[in-house]
Amino acid sequence: MAPHFGLPEFGFLLRGMQWTVLLTLVAFVGGCTAGLAIALLRTCGHKGVEWFSRIYIGIFQGTPLLLQLFVVYYGLALTGLKLDAFVAVAIGFTVNASAFLGEIWRGAIQAVPLGQTEAAMALGLHYTSRMRDIVLPQAIRISLPATIGYLVQLIKGTSLAAIVGFIELARAGQIVSNQTFQPLLVFGVVGAMYFILCWPLSWWGSRMEARLALASQR
Amino acid sequence: MGYTLDFSVVWHAMPALLWGCAGTLGLALAGMTLAMIIGVAGVAARDSKAAWLRAVVIGFVEIVRNTPFLVQIFFLFFALPLVGLKLNPTVTAIIALGVNGGAYAIEIIRGGVQSIHKGQVEAGYALGLHKGQVFRFIVLKPALRAIYPSLTGQFIMLTLTSSICSAVSAYELTSVAQRIESDTFRSFEVYFSVTFLYLAISWLLMLSFALISHRFLSYPTR
Repeated sequence: MAPHFGLPEFGFLLRGMQWTVLLTLVAFVGGCTAGLAIALLRTCGHKGVEWFSRIYIGIFQGTPLLLQLFVVYYGLALTGLKLDAFVAVAIGFTVNASAFLGEIWRGAIQAVPLGQTEAAMALGLHYTSRMRDIVLPQAIRISLPATIGYLVQLIKGTSLAAIVGFIELARAGQIVSNQTFQPLLVFGVVGAMYFILCWPLSWWGSRMEARLALASQR
Repeated sequence: MGYTLDFSVVWHAMPALLWGCAGTLGLALAGMTLAMIIGVAGVAARDSKAAWLRAVVIGFVEIVRNTPFLVQIFFLFFALPLVGLKLNPTVTAIIALGVNGGAYAIEIIRGGVQSIHKGQVEAGYALGLHKGQVFRFIVLKPALRAIYPSLTGQFIMLTLTSSICSAVSAYELTSVAQRIESDTFRSFEVYFSVTFLYLAISWLLMLSFALISHRFLSYPTR
């Protein structure tokens, strides 16, 4: 007799959701750090370095996230390191996030008017101070809607960890669905749980985008 | 124990992989066609007078854009048979891609239609153009030009997303790769090479879209 979808099953989904959130946070923080480096390399002014970071971004934007995850997952296994499944998928999502956030922030850095950089140079500020105190604070403001948009993408993307076998929300849904034979109910609930995570962020992002658009009209 | 990489299995499987590429392109093309139909119908419904219809479209767009494709395709995979549609996995995948892409297409097309000013249509009539000409030269072409970059970007995204359809074993590149992997146990070699096949596909698509745009959509605007 198959169990029905009840509180214990819902509790299992909730624990899966915790892993989804944790995986997203780790990948986002890691991706922000590496992405900032990529964005700075991409705008540094050195032809070769810019070309390299451009290829890096192009590879991650031109291939499916699922395949990137496979390559990192099986590639890390080849190195002989005995890594936990969580660590392996977290690394996969982090490198993906670094490329996408790098490209978003590249655009934001270049959207800051050139006069700002020139004025900072005329004042004798060196590169670090120019970026840290003048360009980046303005670029971050410009990039916020797109960054939040990518965060939503990332939450949805972590569902692909289910395919390599890591138990997060989507995989937990598959397991419960196989136990209860109630796939529609289970995947409906799983979808609703993702929606609860993503929708407030989407709403916040589009509201901020509208506000920024108003500000730039003035 | 050392592991030596052996890419010869990939080379031997190349014909099957190339057929997989064709499967992926077919899946994306069929999905995008369905997405465009949903997109156009959705835009019409989104601006209709019936409030409930507008609510349905807004709800559909928000739900699709805020849930993962993997969950959507699983849901459809089990839901379609319940409404009497016993379809093979590839057709299910096309429907899932169409529904997913359709939600994004609604937003994109709506933006394009809104970018045409009413005054331009009036100016067209004032110049003596008839209805068909106004639609073709004043509404369709500039709207198409305005949404072309987002729409083609969406197409490439959909092509990459189609790899997830391997989860319901639809016929496309990733599921072909999974079969070769389970035959040869060369997981890294197979997936590494297939990743570059996807890269080639998206570069090819980008190049063709740029050529089409250069040929048909480049004209001076002022």
